[in-house]
Amino acid sequence: MDRRTLLTTAAMAAGLAATGTAALAQSKTKVGFILVGPKNDGGWSQHHYDSAMVMAEHFGDAVEVVVQESVPEGADSERVMTQMALSGVQLIFTTSFGYMDPTVNVAAKFPNVYFEHATGYKTAPNLSTYSARFYEGRAIQGHIAGKMTKTNKIGYIASFPIPEVIRGINSAYIHAKKVNPDVEFSVIWAFTWFDPAKEADAARALIEQGCDVVLQHTDSTAPQAAAQAAGNVITFGQASDMSDYAPFPRVSSIIDNWAPYYIERVQAVMDGTWTSVMTWDGIGPGMVEIGEISSAVPDDVKAEALAMKDAIANGSYHPFTGPLNKQDGSPWLAEGEIADDGVLAGLDFFVEGLTAEIPS
Amino acid sequence: MEMFGGINPAVLIASLMVASTPILLAALGEMVVEKAGVLNLGVEGMMITGAICGFIVAVETGSPLLGFLFAAVGGALLSLIFGVLTQLLLSNQVATGLALTLFGLGFSALLGQGYIGVKAPTLGRIDLGPLSDIPVLGRILFSHDPMVYVSLALVVAIWAFLRFTRAGLILRAVGESHEAAHALGYKVIRVRMLAIMFGGACAGLGGAYLSLVRVPQWTEGMTAGAGWIALALVVFASWKAGRVLVGAYLFGGVTVLQLNLQAAGAKVPVELLSMSPYLITILVLVLISTRGAQGAPASLGRSFNASS
Amino acid sequence: MIRLEKRPSPSRFWTATTPLLAVALTMVAGGILFALLGKDPLEALRTIFWDPLFHPQFASYSRPQLLVKAGPLILIAVGLSLGFRAGIWNIGAEGQYIMGAIVGAAAGLAFYPSGSPLIFPLMVVAGALGGWAWAMIPALLRVKFRTNEILVSLLLVYVAQNILASAAVGFLRSPEGGGFPGSRNLSQWSSSANPELITGTGMHWGVVAAFIAVIFAYVLMSKHLLGYQIRLAGQAPRAARFAGVEPGRLVVLCLSISGALAGLAGLFEVTGPAGQISIDFNSNYGFTAIIVAFLGRLHPVGILLAGLLMALTYIGGELAQFMLGLPAAAIQAFQGMLLFFLLGVDVLSNYRIRFGRRSVA
Repeated sequence: MDRRTLLTTAAMAAGLAATGTAALAQSKTKVGFILVGPKNDGGWSQHHYDSAMVMAEHFGDAVEVVVQESVPEGADSERVMTQMALSGVQLIFTTSFGYMDPTVNVAAKFPNVYFEHATGYKTAPNLSTYSARFYEGRAIQGHIAGKMTKTNKIGYIASFPIPEVIRGINSAYIHAKKVNPDVEFSVIWAFTWFDPAKEADAARALIEQGCDVVLQHTDSTAPQAAAQAAGNVITFGQASDMSDYAPFPRVSSIIDNWAPYYIERVQAVMDGTWTSVMTWDGIGPGMVEIGEISSAVPDDVKAEALAMKDAIANGSYHPFTGPLNKQDGSPWLAEGEIADDGVLAGLDFFVEGLTAEIPS
Repeated sequence: MEMFGGINPAVLIASLMVASTPILLAALGEMVVEKAGVLNLGVEGMMITGAICGFIVAVETGSPLLGFLFAAVGGALLSLIFGVLTQLLLSNQVATGLALTLFGLGFSALLGQGYIGVKAPTLGRIDLGPLSDIPVLGRILFSHDPMVYVSLALVVAIWAFLRFTRAGLILRAVGESHEAAHALGYKVIRVRMLAIMFGGACAGLGGAYLSLVRVPQWTEGMTAGAGWIALALVVFASWKAGRVLVGAYLFGGVTVLQLNLQAAGAKVPVELLSMSPYLITILVLVLISTRGAQGAPASLGRSFNASS
Repeated sequence: MIRLEKRPSPSRFWTATTPLLAVALTMVAGGILFALLGKDPLEALRTIFWDPLFHPQFASYSRPQLLVKAGPLILIAVGLSLGFRAGIWNIGAEGQYIMGAIVGAAAGLAFYPSGSPLIFPLMVVAGALGGWAWAMIPALLRVKFRTNEILVSLLLVYVAQNILASAAVGFLRSPEGGGFPGSRNLSQWSSSANPELITGTGMHWGVVAAFIAVIFAYVLMSKHLLGYQIRLAGQAPRAARFAGVEPGRLVVLCLSISGALAGLAGLFEVTGPAGQISIDFNSNYGFTAIIVAFLGRLHPVGILLAGLLMALTYIGGELAQFMLGLPAAAIQAFQGMLLFFLLGVDVLSNYRIRFGRRSVA
């Protein structure tokens, strides 16, 4: 195969339409998003995409949004970011933890382009990080779950043993245990973010083990469907509202809402006020939303859950407040002590009472 | 009846039958294809195409059975691309099959763009009245959706077809030696094309079982490697229908069991549980293969051209 | 009645022109696909095939990236092609690639933060050994127990993926990562880094290794006795046995080479472009390389060109996504079509098309 000839042919074909590249509209602010999954995956990537679209609508003609979906982490993502920066994009959101080092590298190469990396911990003068305190939502789920379980067995479909997932399990457990001392958690590590069939099987296994509440930290609605088929099991939406399954089995949900943050950051670029920040927002600023608590939840439980939501939102309550011991019984937080963000960010242990193990 | 602190064997077996049905259907189809001497590595692509075709039709018509029908049609149509390329244009089967998977994954995602988050009508369990109430056996044998029984019937049908019918004999002859079959006047290409389309239809059914029963919903890439497992099962089964069933239920069974063991809080390292379906499949295969011949069709993967 | 008649030897003319024909056909079919999706087909095709190479804004960056993307594909595909020619089916290069990266990274990280110049060579050896050892499992099972190597090598991919996840969150996790998954960054530690050798070319040690592998395979297949044995075993297994080719030895040898090369590809990727062991470090290079091997007709030079073409469609596809808003799925379907046409028109190089009824022999 002669590559040069091949290219000439391609050039001739393309030459017919040689209208030049899409003219760079300098008046518009160009914003790029890099997604790890398809933009309509029904979970993590879709929420970033939908929030990006809300942001685009907010600014109308003033912004141009470019999106790249299903970008593998590692070398491919670094290339995609570089190409975006070369094409004149001024602000790039990289929306998966695995993009951290590539984002750092590209940010160093393009000091005049702003970068925002989701869920990471490395910053630079032109690189911010942002993440959501999902564990605040988990606390509310734990409360509802602890109140509503009849078998006292709660199932949890976990993806990978990383701090975010471990925080969620701890938070849900602490608050379930608080209202129901007999509660037990069964944890299944699925070792995947996305495999609907496996998630469905995991949900069924938990239900067969007697769990009548299934919490999930994977993205598909498969566990919801499994719970619906079982008939007497409640679930919570993850990442998106999953309201198709309301009012039962889905009784509430945690929703990621990145739109306010995206609007704020794009506005900052337009105003020339962008600075590097580390944002970790929860229910208060609206980055984490609690989906409607359905009619399947008794009114008093709903009222308590909403009260907890308000307390978390206004800062009067923190889900990780002592006294709390680690799983091995050693003390972690003293009475009234609040976990500091540094420890929470890298949390790699379970609290006392959980019987599951963290694979390592 | 309980074991491992709360795992009920009857429930476990019933679940593994559901979990295994997609790979069982796909593997049965691929086995027939390979029996005809064709290696189609595009199972994953045909499965996912079946998954979306079935899903779309089920949503639009409200009938899951029509969904399954069109899943089979969709899988068969996609396999036709493979058939034309490998049988008429004599392209390399391994590469064409892989290309089919690539194409199928992309094509299905394009078709499915309007169907994310949509709920499809699902297939209910067949009500067998008092039979379903028999303890243990009722749960295992008489409380499934129709496709589980279809897949089991297919195992028997394929076994009988290959073993007792003239058409089955011709198919095997074509797979063992296409020159000899041709010399005897059989239409090698036509037999292979039909086998390929049958394989596509079966893979399509397996995919639709995922999107309409086991999950049930549509998401891009939802087969998540099931097609590859189906391919492995055919080899595992030494090209025998009964063994495909054993292999599929073994793999599905270990998958379900490991999740149940985790849920029951068994003190086995999770990493080990998580890889156990693959390791145990390899182990069993090694044990089987020490006993001798594996019986791959002799012409497997070779192109046939009458004038050559 | 149309029928095909085998040429005594492949037509030189068609061997050179079929790829062009295939690309032209793909442009027509792909253009229709893009038009159906509401995009300007000519602009889309230009973005995929032309812009990565000649676009004033991107080309200086994208062109070297072709080598970065093609390097591991070529390295793995060359190894696989030897086995494929001998009828030995290693479908699990993806697993060997992962294990090469893990073992290589672990060997290097054991000496962190030493500055010894021996560390990188040590990692290269360990990476090759890791891939080799993973390939030896199907090889030995095949030789000892006649277990089918397709199945074992394929299933071991999934096992390797599990080990990779464990490594990223467990035994190779960076102690300075604050509990987050992922190893230390190997491309930023001078002892383990596999940097761009000449700025602006995309050349790193992995690309160099790929070129060496191409030359090595070319010489082996055309000049060496082993190459002859491989070809013979693939074309006429019986004759090969009479000629003194030991099938077991060949299995071990072919899987050794392909496993070691896949392991090397993983090692060079993890120390260079990827930079670290992470949960999703692998990106299907091992499977794509199978396509590359066959697209290159199992010939080293063909593989080189096929690898570059695949890389071009990946990089052009990325550009088309964010410049024109084409969905990733459309690019995937487009790549599939390109492969269909490339494979389909190949018939012209090996066969003559005859019209009319068969002449009486």
